[in-house]
Amino acid sequence: MAEEKKEPIAIELAKKQREISISEFFTKNRHLLGFDNPTRALMMTVKECADNALDATTEMKILPEVIVKIDQLAEDRFKITVEDNGPGIVKKQIPNVFARLLYGSKFHTYKQQRGQQGLGVSAALLYSQLTTGKPTKITSKIDPKKPAHYYELGINTKTNEPEIFEERDIEWEKDHGTKIELEIEAKYQKGKQSVDEYIKQAAISNPHAHIIYTTPEGEKVEYIRATNELPKESKEIKPHPHGIELGILIKMLHDTTANTVQGFLQNDFSRIGPGTAKEIIDDARLSINKPKNLEREDIERLFNTLQNAKVIAPPTDCLSPIGQETLEKGLRKEINADFYVTTTRPPTVYRGFPFQIETAIVFGGELEKEAQVRLLRFANRVPLLYQQGACAITEAVMQTNWKSYGLQQSGENLPIGPAVIVVHMASVWVPFTSEAKEAIAHYDEIIKEIKLALQECGRKLASYIRHNVRAEEQKERISLFEKYIPELAQSLSVLSGEKKFSIEENLRKILKKNMSMLLEENGLNENDKEANKK
Amino acid sequence: MTKKQIKSKEELEFFGKKLVDQVDKGKNPEIKFTLRNLSNIVFDKKSETLKLGDKTGSRSFFNVAHSKKFLQTVEVASIIKKELLESGKHEHLRGIFYMSKRTIPGTNVNIVDDQIESDKSIEDLEVITGLSREQMHVSANKMGSMIGNVILEDSGDTIDCSKLGKGGYSIPSITDELEFKKIKAKYVLYMEKASTFERLAEDKFWDKNDAIIITSQGQTTRGIRRLLQRISEEENLPIYVLVDNDPWGYYIYSVIKYGSIALAFASERLTIPNVKFIGISCDDIIKYDLKRQLIKFTDQDRTRLKQITDYEWFRNNKDWQRQFKMMKYNDSKVEIQALSSKGISFISDIYLVNKIKNKEFLD
Repeated sequence: MAEEKKEPIAIELAKKQREISISEFFTKNRHLLGFDNPTRALMMTVKECADNALDATTEMKILPEVIVKIDQLAEDRFKITVEDNGPGIVKKQIPNVFARLLYGSKFHTYKQQRGQQGLGVSAALLYSQLTTGKPTKITSKIDPKKPAHYYELGINTKTNEPEIFEERDIEWEKDHGTKIELEIEAKYQKGKQSVDEYIKQAAISNPHAHIIYTTPEGEKVEYIRATNELPKESKEIKPHPHGIELGILIKMLHDTTANTVQGFLQNDFSRIGPGTAKEIIDDARLSINKPKNLEREDIERLFNTLQNAKVIAPPTDCLSPIGQETLEKGLRKEINADFYVTTTRPPTVYRGFPFQIETAIVFGGELEKEAQVRLLRFANRVPLLYQQGACAITEAVMQTNWKSYGLQQSGENLPIGPAVIVVHMASVWVPFTSEAKEAIAHYDEIIKEIKLALQECGRKLASYIRHNVRAEEQKERISLFEKYIPELAQSLSVLSGEKKFSIEENLRKILKKNMSMLLEENGLNENDKEANKK
Repeated sequence: MTKKQIKSKEELEFFGKKLVDQVDKGKNPEIKFTLRNLSNIVFDKKSETLKLGDKTGSRSFFNVAHSKKFLQTVEVASIIKKELLESGKHEHLRGIFYMSKRTIPGTNVNIVDDQIESDKSIEDLEVITGLSREQMHVSANKMGSMIGNVILEDSGDTIDCSKLGKGGYSIPSITDELEFKKIKAKYVLYMEKASTFERLAEDKFWDKNDAIIITSQGQTTRGIRRLLQRISEEENLPIYVLVDNDPWGYYIYSVIKYGSIALAFASERLTIPNVKFIGISCDDIIKYDLKRQLIKFTDQDRTRLKQITDYEWFRNNKDWQRQFKMMKYNDSKVEIQALSSKGISFISDIYLVNKIKNKEFLD
């Protein structure tokens, strides 16, 4: 269901590239990309730029230093500056990378990455152009010994070609890195779906990054790096026959360098060897051997055969989870609580796409006791702030029985208690419900994995609550008695005319003698229960 | 200190000494008392009053669920003993609340947070010691007046209740200590409405008919119930109750006669078994043509009527069941003041006089 909504758009976009401009398409459909209201547009713009910065650095094995600054220029006008210490971009690529939609290598490669369609940062640029008419300024430097390149760019919406307003070399004190500055029409709001929250959560899912963020109100927030360990590199994999879409198959057949269908299957897919390829060709009853010459019906038969081909699951070592320890470090530095538990499930597969689920539960401390738990959702380390209700993660959390793990829950709702629940899905292809990439589609395999991970964390949470919270309560009880004793002794002394000192002494003796008994649950007798009902 | 004060003080001291005794023996101190909740309220057919059953509960100090209440009870008892009984002074429930309200050092726990808690402690003490709140010198809001040929002594002052104008004698919260010097009356008329009281006062109804008139606003306070009981028992005067023709008015009568759930533990000192209902009855509506003065019942009224109809003490009373049936049929109520529609002094000159003359009472 989900892809039917998602894929056709992407494919359409790809196919019609020459006929109607993607830029034009975007202009008319900005809601699909998450730029539909001014508050969200601010978050999206920062998100696209910051994702780019984090990807650029991490891919090149550089510990990211990302500086984000938002300046409010007028009531509804903001300037966003995002600067990274990445490898920089070679001069001639700069216009294409930033000012051309669907440019770049992300589309059609199966690799765990933040962006998936390559619409990201250029969409932000286009949004800037549409709302303010101002060019976007790019500064990039690849070598400490060379000057930086400076560009002012726009997009020609008719042709989807970059428009260069200015280009020159400038001095930049950085050794290498990229800076993007753009002006947009937007609105700044605080809260759960704010740009502030986005950055805070990004700091949790990227504990290896050092982020310095200046809010529109001029407040500077620094997110310190919690680990110097770079995430494991995610590997690019070829499509698995079970996860292929018809549109992608058509595109692949068109683009392939193989001369035969046999060669195409063997080279361009994972898990297809010569024998399997032969079987597939036979089963699909293909008579034409040249990939580019296949007729529409041939392709459909091939597609159906691929879906059911007997092949082993795709390799899963291509994924890069945050990791149990690292995720815990990220959470510890941003959320103040008593208990942290994280779990990383082994990788598994949905529809031919490898994926891996990580979850965490943070409990106690300063977290609000009687409120719904906060749910933090991440896909390939990117925080998802919108469309919580439509997301498979939310569904999995609600389907989990939290009562048995020590949280309150009424029906199939989010649980209540002083906790934060974190779910991260890492995958070469996260099935988002829309181009805005805010909610994960409801695949049974995905929901099941999330639930298993939550249960693992939940069991540890339950055990923590049993031991620590109870013990806390018991200690509190004892100390309460200790504090009541002088009060009772005083009143009893006044009432009876006996000496306070000896009453107090004796009460303390009773407390000491019965300490162990008092530590047990205090049972009420029948009469008391009735008295309490009243 | 009067003898009564000494007795009360000793009673409280005894309660304290028993607890200290348990502590000395190394026992978890425990207070035992008769439960006051609904499950332990019974209607005693012999005395025709609501009373406490024999279920008991206990409260011990070293029990998290009880500890605070235990402390509250002892604290309030010590305040009453030291501050009130030893000095002979009285204090209002609200004052007791403030005297016991303080923060326990080293905690953010107050001994009492709400007046309800100190009020409950006092009720507990009544059940535990057998002393009434009044005997412990704790007073409540006073809301009532009395006019009639009554001379009484209140805290050393002699008061003539016939010479206090239209307002009459303001009945104190504690009426146990009032001393009746001289009473000249044939009956007592107690009414729910202060405005009716003012009407009768202006018309000198009490003087013309040799009556004592008493009112309290809405529910009858403990003080007034005790006062009515004392006049009934000590002076042997009949008590007539005049209330609205609605379930709430009928319940006022019911409480005076049979007692209430909340004060079932004090029934003996408060109920008046031979009190009689004078009006407004459903028959009055027909007889005095008050149909146009009917006010439609609300859902609340209907629910309350159903509850009262089912009360054990009304269930087998044919006269009352007939009233409830008529009221249900009317699905409306009539207030006492509706009688004004027949003439401003209709109530004093005709209605009450006829009722008493013809002995039109409900029992």
